[in-house]
Amino acid sequence: MSEFDNRDGINRRKVLECMTWCGTGVLWTIAGGVPHSLGIMGEAQAAETRSLSFLQISDSHVGFDKPANPNALGTLEEAITKVNALPQKPAFMIHTGDISHLSKEKEFDDADHIISQSRLDVHYVPGEHDLIDADQGKIYRERYGKAAKGAGWYSFDANGVHFIGLVNVVNLQAGGLGNLGAEQLEWLENDVKGRSASSPIVLFAHIPLWTVYQDWGWGTQDGAQALSYLKKFGSVTVLNGHIHQVMQKVEGNVTFHTARSTAFPQPAPGTAPSPGPLKVPDDQLRKMLGIANVTFKQNEQRLAIIDSPLQA
Amino acid sequence: MLRPIIASSVLGAVVGSVLAAGVLFARAEGTPATVTIDNFSFTPATVTVKAGTTVTWTNKDDIPHGVGATNNAFKKSPALDTDDSYTFTFTTPGTYQYFCYLHPKMVGTIVVEQ
Repeated sequence: MSEFDNRDGINRRKVLECMTWCGTGVLWTIAGGVPHSLGIMGEAQAAETRSLSFLQISDSHVGFDKPANPNALGTLEEAITKVNALPQKPAFMIHTGDISHLSKEKEFDDADHIISQSRLDVHYVPGEHDLIDADQGKIYRERYGKAAKGAGWYSFDANGVHFIGLVNVVNLQAGGLGNLGAEQLEWLENDVKGRSASSPIVLFAHIPLWTVYQDWGWGTQDGAQALSYLKKFGSVTVLNGHIHQVMQKVEGNVTFHTARSTAFPQPAPGTAPSPGPLKVPDDQLRKMLGIANVTFKQNEQRLAIIDSPLQA
Repeated sequence: MLRPIIASSVLGAVVGSVLAAGVLFARAEGTPATVTIDNFSFTPATVTVKAGTTVTWTNKDDIPHGVGATNNAFKKSPALDTDDSYTFTFTTPGTYQYFCYLHPKMVGTIVVEQ
């Protein structure tokens, strides 16, 4: 039996701690056992060795060359350089979509070339920009979704944490928001059904699963349905991209968080006529792509996030 | 002094007739209509045309958009990058609702009359 099958172990590891945001990515640390082992040095050390760190990057939009950032590939490379400079190597990376701007082979090639320099396993979910080739996502699925279900959803486990990658950018309906669809919802319900309530859950998808701003379509039509399957879990963290800025909400056991883009900023909800790319002075761009430190305090469900710029 | 004026009047009349003929021809087939995609919206949001009219959508945003009909009532566009256009000729009268299949909050309507 591996340590991850040990129910007591999972109980003690339900603390989710996000230590360091790095550039345009976020480094998450999931450390277990802390609340119960503080008084026992041996256990505390053991807990530390079981901790898990991973990175999130999002919205690299490789191929984007408009005034808001004429060199999106360059800023992606800067982000990966930051990743490589981390003192603690993350276990893996998740990319929450919009890898490419126009789903072109060359854009994916260029993105892969840069991202692979991190030498990390990368778990992808698609953004709407990744599925607009003539075959509606064939290129994406062949590159990133071979082991996935449906349009590209899947789950995996790491250090006792259950990760679920969802696709909410397919079959969008007129006037609506992001969409998961019945088939994916059914899969999700079954995927989490037999799991211990003490298992930390990390759900990631491109468009926010909560409604950030209805008027701009920043939400997911059936996101609440998906979250209803996760009510029993003590720790649920939802990581999204799409809106190119940091947003956070905590609701009960669920912490929602959106990551910055590595390519260009978008306006805060309602502060511009449209959510299009936000052109800022050149010396401000990397501040908009900035960084944040995120920490989780034991016995609290709230993740504390401290933003700081990629470039001061 | 008069000659150039007369000449230009004649020319003007000729041009006028050609234009008038063009307009008559276009009306019979439906005057081409354009929809501009800008700031994540279709402008004008509703376009009324005669059957046989070709509608052209042009994307002026820095972000790609797509034109997709509700219930697939007409052929959807490929993704339109900045300055890309899509045309579709509406031959059957009816009310066609459409949206951007990448940003579905963006909606528009084409009304096709006999």
